[in-house]
Amino acid sequence: MRLETGGLIDRAAPLGFRFDGREYSGFQGDTLASALLAGGVRLMGRSFKYHRPRGVLSAGSDEPNALMEVGTGARRRPNTRATVQELYEGLEARSQNRWPSLAWDAGQVSDLLAPFLGAGFYYKTFMWPAAFWERVYEPLIRRAAGLGRLSGKRDPDACDKAFAHCDLLVIGAGPAGLMAALMAAEAGARVILADEDCRPGGRLLAEREQVDGAPGHAWAAELWDALAQMPNVTPMPRTTVTGAYDGGTFGALERVAEHMARPPEAAPRLTFWRIAARRAILAAGALERPVAFPHNDRPGVMLAGAARAYANRWAVAPGRRVAVFTNNDDGWRTARDLSAQGIEVAALIDSRAGVTPPEGPWQLMTGTHVTDTRGRLGLRAVQTRDGGGRHRWLEVDTLAVSGGWNPALHLTCHMNGRPRWNPAIHAFVPASDAVPGLDVAGAALGQFSTRGAMKSGQYRARKALEALGFEPPSIPVPNAEDTPPRLSPLWQVPRTRGRAWLDFQNDVTVKDVALAHAENFRSVEHMKRYTTLGMATDQGKSANVGALGVMADLAGREIAQIGTTTFRPPYTPIDIAALGAGADGRGFAPHRLPPSHAYGLERGAPTVEAGLWHRAAYYPREGETHWRESCDREARMVRQAVGVCDVTSLGKIDVQGTDAAAFLDRVYANTMSTLKPGRVRYGLMLRDDGFVMDDGTCARLGPEHFVVTTTTAAAGQVMAHLEFCAQCLWPQLDVALVSVTEAWAQCAIAGPKSRDLVDGLLDAPLGAFPFMACGEVSVRGVGARLFRISFSGEHAYELAVPARYGDALFRRLVDRAETLGGGPYGMEALNVLRIEKGLLTHAELHGRTTADDLGLGRMVKPGSIGHRMRERAGLSGRWREQLVGLEAVEPGARLNGGARLVAAGAAQVRQMDQGYVTSVCWSPQLDRYIALGFLRDGRNRTGEVLDIVDHMRSGAAQAQVVPLPFFDPEGGRLRA
Amino acid sequence: MRLTCPLCGDRDSREFSYLGSATLSDRPADDAPFDAWHEYVHLRDNPAGPNAELWHHVSGCSAWLHVVRDTRNHQVLSIRLAEEGA
Ligand SMILES: [Zn+2]
Repeated sequence: MRLETGGLIDRAAPLGFRFDGREYSGFQGDTLASALLAGGVRLMGRSFKYHRPRGVLSAGSDEPNALMEVGTGARRRPNTRATVQELYEGLEARSQNRWPSLAWDAGQVSDLLAPFLGAGFYYKTFMWPAAFWERVYEPLIRRAAGLGRLSGKRDPDACDKAFAHCDLLVIGAGPAGLMAALMAAEAGARVILADEDCRPGGRLLAEREQVDGAPGHAWAAELWDALAQMPNVTPMPRTTVTGAYDGGTFGALERVAEHMARPPEAAPRLTFWRIAARRAILAAGALERPVAFPHNDRPGVMLAGAARAYANRWAVAPGRRVAVFTNNDDGWRTARDLSAQGIEVAALIDSRAGVTPPEGPWQLMTGTHVTDTRGRLGLRAVQTRDGGGRHRWLEVDTLAVSGGWNPALHLTCHMNGRPRWNPAIHAFVPASDAVPGLDVAGAALGQFSTRGAMKSGQYRARKALEALGFEPPSIPVPNAEDTPPRLSPLWQVPRTRGRAWLDFQNDVTVKDVALAHAENFRSVEHMKRYTTLGMATDQGKSANVGALGVMADLAGREIAQIGTTTFRPPYTPIDIAALGAGADGRGFAPHRLPPSHAYGLERGAPTVEAGLWHRAAYYPREGETHWRESCDREARMVRQAVGVCDVTSLGKIDVQGTDAAAFLDRVYANTMSTLKPGRVRYGLMLRDDGFVMDDGTCARLGPEHFVVTTTTAAAGQVMAHLEFCAQCLWPQLDVALVSVTEAWAQCAIAGPKSRDLVDGLLDAPLGAFPFMACGEVSVRGVGARLFRISFSGEHAYELAVPARYGDALFRRLVDRAETLGGGPYGMEALNVLRIEKGLLTHAELHGRTTADDLGLGRMVKPGSIGHRMRERAGLSGRWREQLVGLEAVEPGARLNGGARLVAAGAAQVRQMDQGYVTSVCWSPQLDRYIALGFLRDGRNRTGEVLDIVDHMRSGAAQAQVVPLPFFDPEGGRLRA
Repeated sequence: MRLTCPLCGDRDSREFSYLGSATLSDRPADDAPFDAWHEYVHLRDNPAGPNAELWHHVSGCSAWLHVVRDTRNHQVLSIRLAEEGA
């Protein structure tokens, strides 16, 4: 119910929303959880395994129970914590993991089976038969135990990724964080102040204690606003710092637009930040922990700090008649605050004997425990047991429980830091220097009082500023509550019967931990995995320490001896959409488009990926219905007239320096220093293990100036390799390397009429320009480079112009080609032409082939990279699979790439394998399928007929081993 | 993780690509015995602690860097240009 007065809500701004189809209303400033509580809704979800009815436990991001689907259609987000979701007009929420309804859930039958479903049940039961796991057990279990449903539709909202830099990152804008940020801001440091809430103040938002005579939330808001005015401070509300990483890098999730129905125009829903901080202060506060007692999971049982947060911050009565059960003084405040708001507090139950809780309109019960509860869909009564062992039932609809507070030290564990047990405060505290450059302050360090937290924040900021070289200012610490916490540990209420929950989200009880212990899963890590405790989406924020306490009780030891707990990123769940922001669709990988791309689109040319490049596959003509028709026509066109192909994507590296020739002699297997200026040579690069890395051409433009080409896919790798050679292996050589792939647009002009085409295009007559010549030319006044090289076996050129002229050049070349009976050709025809000539691509240079395998062994010279290790036994000889040509025996038979080779008639089994097919095409010249492949001792097997085996695809065939190339073996057309 | 390139300054590790042990710079002589070549090409120490390694500022200035990094915690102990030698 909503209280008459109070709360940080705007009563002038009512908001309508729906939960499971019913209309409710709340106010601006509400969370979904507070608005539901105000509307009298206590049953908010079903547990993961037993489908137990559950209500809200917490008031923050540690919530294990109140997970919902929020939004509709493609905007439906599962597993949204109602305690974090800010209310907006028209919000639609649905409970999850229940059928047919939240109140009548068929799945709750599994709760009746609970005696059989204890820890390790799945491991023990669904073992046999193995084949059943995938087909029967897993689908069954998944249907029964689940969280929310994904919409299955494309997310209509964008997410974003962003980077930020600062001197000091302050994580949390509570008392400690605000003081730390103020110190750093006044010192002139660049500060980022991040808080997961929509308002600053942290715990102050939920309390009635004053700071410097003003309400704590007002003090926080005023300070936050003042900080936000400073140019060196970046406040980041609604931003959860989710992970601490190496080198002062932090991940943070900003919920930019989840507090509204849809993001404003052009704004993302979420932004995932990478924050590079020179120093950081973790001031994330503390999380309250529950106490395990039988049936402590009913709706209406909540954390004491949450109960008073609902009353103080949201003016919501968590129930009509409340009992408080605590083992520490802080719980007393809940009784005081609720009562002050006019809520009936029936009893203040303190597990400690001999303490004197404050008097009030409640029954005081010290030395007393809660031993059981009643109420099917919501709490109706709790059973207490006093020090004399007397039981009695108390009619209440809400039980506020406090087992003490755990410092929110999660980020200090992200780089293997192990928290330390502090017996003075009965809590884990962060190990010092657990994350380099990260200090911890305030309640996250175990400084639980407000003033203690402020002093701690100020002290840590001073230390950080000194380390950064800033002069720390002198700022007075405000007056604030400063009572030390007093607590007597209570993990589970002793001597009780019935299931007592530790991990609410994964349904792990004290009995499960005891079972794990009995079955010898006694290390904390084993217990966690056996019971799944702490492995739900909340990572056991409210469960882990309690479970350690129970283990300590079972083992009769101290928690410090049992082990420690750890946490991994992210602190709270992160949408995959945020982590992968911008990386779907076109953003998945860079799209590199050649200069002729626009022309290809106009001609309806489909593209094919080559590395990151999208190259035209073929240029269909009217009436062509199949890619093969276009491809065959283009291949014939090149052989008969002339074709133009955009080859810009080939890697181009400019190599200059007095030692450029000596350098290339070392990186190429063959010699380049003997190349004359104005000439081009084929080059083969090996790796130092003796295998082939890449091939290409090397053109010498001047005595100290070369341009080398690489294959499209290996361009980046070869560039990095050459830089490695120049900088790491031979820094004494005078050589400089620049990738000029993007600087030059390059087109191949191939075919018997290519000379006609090129000659007419240049500003000066071509003159004698023999095979493998290169030189500078001019096209309409634009300086260009011409290479007489061929990847088709035809008389051919490659013409390069500065990239900005690429589109114009390609169109001009195509126009001229068409007047000569030619036209453009794409990747498919290019592939046919090179296979017919036995030329190589990365289908053949796949990293496991040697120069000898390719028939290029004689090219390799001493002193070059890879020369030494290729001499190893086993890397040459008749047992190696060697490059061969294969020709389908039957003219109609199809060959498949990747198919295996066996001797004709041999058993088609792995042991008989003789090699494999790497490249195939239908050859218009030979009028049948041809292929390149690797065959054991292949060079000695010319003429042999082999069976082509492809168990993956249909089409058994036979092929004959033939010498390479298939076409024009003398190369007459090339040199013509 | 962040690396301070001597030429470009403090940068996110995603600008760099990792090659491996810095022993890759100590290439044996062409006529060195196979054992030396085998060690150079195939064998690497796998220390839990400081490790000298080569990083390439591939999305930056293209410099190869000699980085000493503690493999236990990714702490970077030193960085210099690889071409400056030991
Ligand atoms: Zn750099």
